[in-house]
Amino acid sequence: MSGEFKRREVKKVRVPVPEQDPHVRIRNFNEVALGYSLEQALEEASRCLQCHVKVAPCIKNCPVLVNVPGFIRKMLEGDMKGALEVIMETNSLPGITGRVCPQEEQCEMNCIMGKLGDKINIGKLERFVADYAREHGIRPEVRIAPPTGKRVAVVGSGPAGLTAAADLRKMGHEVVIFEALHEPGGVLVYGIPEFRLPKEIVRYEVEFLKSIGVKIYTDVVIGKTLSLYDLLEEFDAVFLGTGAGTPNFLNVPGVNCLGIYSANEFLTRINLMKAYLFPDYDTPVKRGRRLAVIGGGNTAMDAARSGLRIGYEEVYILYRRTREFMTARIEEIAHAEEEGVKFMFLVNPVAFKCDENGWVRAVTLIRNELGEPDETGRRRPIPIPGSEFDLEVDAVVIAIGQRPNRILYQEVPELEVTRQGTIVVDDKYRTTLRGVFAGGDAIRGEATVVLAMGDGKKAALAIDEYLRTGEWPERIVPMKIAAD
Amino acid sequence: MFEIVGKRELAPNIKWIKVKAPLVARNAKPGQFVVIRLHEKGERIPLTLFRWDKDEGTIELVFQEVGKTTYELGTYEVGDAIADVVGPLGRPTHIENFGTAVVVSGGVGAPIGYSVTKALKEAGNYVISIIGFRNKQLVILEDEFREVSDELLVTTDDGSYVRKGFTTDVLSELLESGRNVDYVFTVGPVIMMKKVADITRKYGIKTYASLNPIMVDGTGMCGACRVTVGGQVVFACVAGPDFDAHQVDFDELLKRLAMYREEERLAMERFLQMRQVSVVGR
Ligand SMILES: Cc1cc2nc3c(=O)[nH]c(=O)nc-3n(C[C@H](O)[C@H](O)[C@H](O)COP(=O)(O)OP(=O)(O)OC[C@H]3O[C@@H](n4cnc5c(N)ncnc54)[C@H](O)[C@@H]3O)c2cc1C
Ligand SMILES: Cc1cc2nc3c(=O)[nH]c(=O)nc-3n(C[C@H](O)[C@H](O)[C@H](O)COP(=O)(O)OP(=O)(O)OC[C@H]3O[C@@H](n4cnc5c(N)ncnc54)[C@H](O)[C@@H]3O)c2cc1C
Ligand code: SF4
Ligand code: FES
Repeated sequence: MSGEFKRREVKKVRVPVPEQDPHVRIRNFNEVALGYSLEQALEEASRCLQCHVKVAPCIKNCPVLVNVPGFIRKMLEGDMKGALEVIMETNSLPGITGRVCPQEEQCEMNCIMGKLGDKINIGKLERFVADYAREHGIRPEVRIAPPTGKRVAVVGSGPAGLTAAADLRKMGHEVVIFEALHEPGGVLVYGIPEFRLPKEIVRYEVEFLKSIGVKIYTDVVIGKTLSLYDLLEEFDAVFLGTGAGTPNFLNVPGVNCLGIYSANEFLTRINLMKAYLFPDYDTPVKRGRRLAVIGGGNTAMDAARSGLRIGYEEVYILYRRTREFMTARIEEIAHAEEEGVKFMFLVNPVAFKCDENGWVRAVTLIRNELGEPDETGRRRPIPIPGSEFDLEVDAVVIAIGQRPNRILYQEVPELEVTRQGTIVVDDKYRTTLRGVFAGGDAIRGEATVVLAMGDGKKAALAIDEYLRTGEWPERIVPMKIAAD
Repeated sequence: MFEIVGKRELAPNIKWIKVKAPLVARNAKPGQFVVIRLHEKGERIPLTLFRWDKDEGTIELVFQEVGKTTYELGTYEVGDAIADVVGPLGRPTHIENFGTAVVVSGGVGAPIGYSVTKALKEAGNYVISIIGFRNKQLVILEDEFREVSDELLVTTDDGSYVRKGFTTDVLSELLESGRNVDYVFTVGPVIMMKKVADITRKYGIKTYASLNPIMVDGTGMCGACRVTVGGQVVFACVAGPDFDAHQVDFDELLKRLAMYREEERLAMERFLQMRQVSVVGR
């Protein structure tokens, strides 16, 4: 086998991924990246050098340690079910991670092929395997350990909660997920738009969890419908994967003008409530001519591109630093540019101006210059006095970050949280309340899907250990969480 | 799915329903609300808990048909089910023994006013209820209020029932007459609540209002419900819906409620058209 790989000529160039034409796609919510055909996928797979699992940098740099060369080999052997099973040994949501992970800074970052040519397109291969399996009705075989008689409650059905639930279920525990919204998936269903992550895929992966026996109750807000104490009475352990869903607003005059949205509201209306199909669906969203989106992360890109698709003719991204400091995925920034989103750098809103009926008419911006690096290593934007100017707009989306929602722990004084509102955990994801674990954006603040999944996995291991041993430390020593 | 187990029309376009929702009933407190979604294509709207029964596992809602969703809910009958009912949401109304409390409720604010009145009474207050409606036909919950109030004052805008005038006229008279009032709670149209606040401010009476901004999730996730209270932006669904009425920017709230007026009209027209077609089709 290995001899065969060595003999083969190295294909330096990546097999390109077919995409919808930008002029066409800004009129619809269909997926932009179309994904590989079988032939294309196998050709791209054949470029992999099959580094040994012990040293393959792609595995090491994946937060959930997907055996990349392993699944690629199965693909090349024509065993798609095998490929899926290799991925799903460590990753319960491959159709999702294959689409939304920032692979360029994870598995693909140090891919050895990068020394000879283009790095392997690992994300698109993972996506291909998941899609192929879904379309061909291929189900992975999962081993479920015999029942342990223990029950675990998972709060929140985002990537952290779903992953923890899947792993705990496989360990033989009974698992119940409680979700506040009417549909499971967290940011995957209310935040990330259909054109990047079709909801059908999220639903399919959630269905898989149900098929292995995970129960999901929607419309249950822990802290309101049931308290955390209620859960502790009924369950042997609890995992909190409640995310960072509360939007930050700018503290500037006019922020409550009509037509100013948080990105969360704008995206929730569009994605979860399908306002782009209004009035077929009942939830409205404001349409207009010119939209300004404030921020430079994935959320800002998603809001801007959604804006185009609901009919805004001109969409601006207003960002306070420069292009290289934007935190959005490179692929998505490129997509936004192709679609005609206009970028304005080094500007910061200082006020919004409304008309007499309260509608936003302009955003007043001040120009910035870059100063010394701040604690995140990015150069701090410093406003230039007297440089204010107005940009006329019909609507504004504020996408300057989110913090954890406190609704859950408002009435749980034992649960220690940081000043930013993130839940304090130790290196085994234990909170300061016995039997309660947490992970994902709830402990990190806004991070990524796969980091949340990694937390869910590691927390599941720790929960399993706790259920078997009953051990709990006297004092929780806070884990260091790298600032994003 | 949440089954409707009781339904009545209280007045033209004002309906009462009883819904099976055991978990909501179990933890409900006065002043809290639920967010409901009728079906797959529906929007999420907030409605206040009027009454609830833990043992029976039911909640009662009173709603006014004002637009597409509430009209459609009005067509639901006993045995039909609502896709989603989430709650109880919001902070419960702060209840203590203040002494003499006045509850001023306007129109379809009455069901909220009722649950608060009942709780204030149970906490030992002497409670005066002022309820106002546009006209005689629209008067609802009079008997219920009488049961839990020490005094009940009813008004109609046009004088077609009991006395003519606004609730705020009655409140002014009461305070001018020198009655000693320790606490006022108000719920109803924004204009009314604003006027109540203006009146009690002069007397320095502690006053709380239950606000009704546009909501989506109702759990603090979106900020659609944000209001300015004491110069600070807060989310009414998690910090409220009750706030110190003397601190609320009512003018801003009023403007923000109009945000989707055009779309609401469009949705309503379409709904009526489709109903007509289906009626004719039958
Ligand atoms: C618009 C947008 C685009 C993004 N794009 C990307 C991307 O391309 N790639 C990437 O890797 N990351 C992306 N992210 C970040 C990523 O989505 C998050 O890091 C990830 O979803 C966090 O997962 P989680 O499970 O911790 O929380 P979430 O996904 O936030 O899920 C939390 C869930 O808990 C529920 N919940 C909260 N409180 C309660 C309660 N009290 N009771 C019951 N349920 C509750 C919420 O309703 C929610 O469903 C994006 C984020 C946003 C907002
Ligand atoms: C916390 C809270 C509790 C509420 N409790 C009740 C209740 O117990 N009973 C009840 O009948 N209504 C209640 N409301 C108001 C109710 O949510 C709205 O009437 C409903 O959303 C209207 O939906 P619609 O699609 O039928 O009408 P829409 O098409 O949305 O609106 C039609 C018209 O109704 C008015 N309207 C819309 N939203 C509101 C609102 N939030 N408050 C006042 N007027 C509005 C507007 O003027 C609009 O033009 C409550 C609102 C909040 C925020
Ligand atoms: S590092 Fe690159 S070439 Fe090596 S196994 Fe991983 S994907 Fe293949
Ligand atoms: S309704 Fe979304 S934050 Fe209040």
